[in-house]
Formats: sequence, C-alpha cells, structure tokens
Amino acid sequence: MDLSFFPRDLFSELDRLQRQVQEASAFSPSIRGLARGGFPAINVGSTADSAEIFAFAPGLDPASIDVYLERGVLSISGERIEPRSTKEAPKASVHIKERFTGRFHRVITLSDDLDPETVDAKYLDGVLQISIRRSAASKPRRININ
Amino acid sequence: MDQKNAPARENAESQPSLLPPVDVIEDGSGITLLADLPGVSKETLKVEVDAQTLTIEGRIGLRNPEGMDAVHAEVRLPAFRRTFGLSNELDTEKLQAELRQGVLTLRIPKAEHAKPRRISVRGG
Repeated sequence: MDLSFFPRDLFSELDRLQRQVQEASAFSPSIRGLARGGFPAINVGSTADSAEIFAFAPGLDPASIDVYLERGVLSISGERIEPRSTKEAPKASVHIKERFTGRFHRVITLSDDLDPETVDAKYLDGVLQISIRRSAASKPRRININ
Repeated sequence: MDQKNAPARENAESQPSLLPPVDVIEDGSGITLLADLPGVSKETLKVEVDAQTLTIEGRIGLRNPEGMDAVHAEVRLPAFRRTFGLSNELDTEKLQAELRQGVLTLRIPKAEHAKPRRISVRGG
C-alpha cells in the first residue's frame, strides 16, 4: 500500500486504496462476484481450430437467446423472466433474492481470424456454448524449410 | 457420529466451490428455493438433507474440446456448493427437487401441524 508518487489529496488516495482492495478480491471464489461483471458469466477458451465461448445463463428458453457475430464481436442478449411463484402468490414472502432477472446483453470481442460462417451454438444444462471455427488461412501449419 | 464418513465429508467441504445465487420464497404451505447451477446435470447434482441442514452440491461439466486454453474466465471453479439451516416445521421427507436448464427448484412443504390455520375467536 505505497503512497502514490504525487499524492493529491486524502480522498483520491482512499479511492485508489479501495480499488486495490477490489482488484485483490476479484479472485475470490464467489459467484456473487460475477454480478459485478454482469449476467451471464462468460468463459472463453481457444483451440487451434476454434474459439469456444461458454455463457453461464441458466433457466432460459433457448429460442429467446439472441446471438450475433459481426466482425469478430459476439453479442449475447435475452431476458430472464422472474419465476412465476414469486409473482403469483400474494401471501408469499421473499427471504432471499439473489438470482438475476430482467434483460441482459453482453458483448465480447474475439480475435479476427474466426469464420463467421461456421458458428455452432448449443444450450445444455443452462450453459450456452458457442463454437466458432478459425478460418483455414489462419490455422497453424508446418512450414517446410528448403 | 459415523467416524468412517467424517474425513470424506471434510474433504468435500474443503474443496473450493462457488456459491450459487438463490431465491427463497415462503408461502403458507412451504418454502420454494431456486438455485442457479449452470453446467450442472442431474448426474452431477447432489441434494442432501442431514438433520437440520440442507446441502446443495453440483459439479460443472463443460464439453471442453481437447487442447483448449482458457483465454478469459469468470467462472473459475468447477463446482457449486451451498448449505442452508432448516427449521423443524419443514417436512424434508416430502422435499421435491427438479433441475431444468441449470436451475434447481426445491419445494419443501411444511409439516401438517405447522401450516397456518385460522383461529376462531369466540365472543365472551
């Protein structure tokens, strides 16, 4: 927790300290931390042949998810509707409410060597998996030395 | 206390896991719990009631292609786990669980004697 090189005032120092603490706790193993990052949480993996995107979006109707890929930018949007049980029962009391509801929209930038014609999207167990193949020209290949 | 099972359970508890977000709604006849468990299938889900504790555990199964490198990860642990203390008016024998598209719905009815009933007040 070193002081900055050019200390301005106490509040900016506190602000910086808070950010440092937040960054340090960003690796905490809590799914609540993901709420800051937005819904759905996204993991991205890469293989020699494809990019694999995993969106952790449970409880959706697959037909209601909009996925667009345009110039290496992938956009995932949709809406998660509040469970019927919380709306209908007038005498019900809600003790804990942590699950996301409402509209969501996430955009991620992918590398530009992907072929937008070969996108495959599957929704299983609440995880949307999108596989995009790399264009043939950018696949790693062995170069012969003469 | 079952001595043989104790270490195994300790192991399971010490494994790092994610805390799934939940909704808990109570009405006159029972409690409904909804938990977000994306990537958890029926085969990898475990719902356990032990005395007055409800434990939800699930492993996240992804179809990772071989040789995949992680580029960006917001879900960093392979499992969910959360426990809840129950109260004794809940009838855990009649607990119903349903897992649909990564959302677990648990319905725990109240025992007959604990259901609210209208008490008639007689005039004096």
